[in-house]
Amino acid sequence: MKIRVIDRDGNKHELEGDPNSTLMEILRDADLDIEAACGGCCACATCHVYINDQWLEKISPKDDDEESMLDQAFDVRNTSRLSCQISLSDELDGIELEIAKE
Amino acid sequence: MIEKTDVIIIGAGPVGLFAIFELGLLNISCHVIDNLDKPGGQCAELYPEKPIYDIPSRVSITGQQLTDDLLAQAKPFKPVYHLNQQVEKIAKMETNEWLVETSLNNKIRAKCIVIAAGAGSFVPRKIPLENLDLIEEKNILYAVRNKSILEGKDLLIAGGGDSALDWTNELSKIANVTLMHRRKEFRAAPDSVSKMLELEKNKKVSFLLGQIHNIENLKNNKIKVLVKNNDEIQSFEVDYLLPFFGLKMELGPIANWGLNLMENLIKVDTEKFETSVPSIFAIGDINTYPGKLKLILSGFHEAALMAQECFKYCFPDKKNVFRYTTSSKDLHKKLNSS
Repeated sequence: MKIRVIDRDGNKHELEGDPNSTLMEILRDADLDIEAACGGCCACATCHVYINDQWLEKISPKDDDEESMLDQAFDVRNTSRLSCQISLSDELDGIELEIAKE
Repeated sequence: MIEKTDVIIIGAGPVGLFAIFELGLLNISCHVIDNLDKPGGQCAELYPEKPIYDIPSRVSITGQQLTDDLLAQAKPFKPVYHLNQQVEKIAKMETNEWLVETSLNNKIRAKCIVIAAGAGSFVPRKIPLENLDLIEEKNILYAVRNKSILEGKDLLIAGGGDSALDWTNELSKIANVTLMHRRKEFRAAPDSVSKMLELEKNKKVSFLLGQIHNIENLKNNKIKVLVKNNDEIQSFEVDYLLPFFGLKMELGPIANWGLNLMENLIKVDTEKFETSVPSIFAIGDINTYPGKLKLILSGFHEAALMAQECFKYCFPDKKNVFRYTTSSKDLHKKLNSS
């Protein structure tokens, strides 16, 4: 599966996803400067991304934990998500997103 | 006054706390320095309530429980904690000891330094806008050190957590406070939230729905904060902006100590966990070596091996006799005497 990412400098990347991973893990391992300080337990807001509108509804909605952690992020939009809370699946093949400023 | 100890541990996270124990078993005394106001590091600050499942023999343990147990385990060795401060400088003394100075001007000398600083010090998360340097020094306060400068001023407090709410309530007594948050829900203590809502009802505090969009410097010592809510932008002129967006981790002054680094991690050997500078050790998430795994469990192992080498620096004339805690009478006395 493919993941299409725009990094903080506006560069486009196409990454190989894996349905057993979270989105954060793929971004982190691709060295895209995702800090993911807490390691993926939804306890920081350093893996903040904007999901392309068209893909948003295919992802399971945010829970209260994630909504609360987003309070620590800047420029939170309707499309904001913490990438550690998004489990990849074949349905998300081709997902497009942008990494938020940190 | 300069305090004296055998080893200075930088970082009071789980690995730093276990290092006190391992060093203590070898009669090595410790002082521990941490930038947070409490021991526990990430476990206590980021995920105190979240269960950890890979601590040997603990089927499940929360970050706070693990911290509490490690503190209890270290207690018999009477460690001295220096909290709320960061190590700013280290220097070699004529006696071959290290002199460590902290941001609160504490001076401590020791034979070894153990860096157990995880991903670095927790520092306030800054606003990711460019060209803020000038304003950040004057009009943006990431922490309140001196309340009196805020008296009678116009303040914009940003955030929805405990710090934002507590300071809104506190500073409303002496200044004109507007609290800004992206939603009218707060992840702060319920008491603080109801107090804030009460103050808002009585017009002692204003609430503003929105997020920081941009900040401009004004000539009258004030700043103009552009606040965005959905697609609407409003501007506010204030004396001070107080953003409370939680904490992030930064390597900080450690980067300038002349240690061999690799991508902000400290290179160590896997026998002694010593850095490129003799008598400075690095254990836990902050170090790197081939095959390194950032696990608390790995940090515990590293602490035990580091302690063996520290013994040689601390007691160069003594022989280190390897003992098990199960059988050593001497150790039992030490562990039960507290």
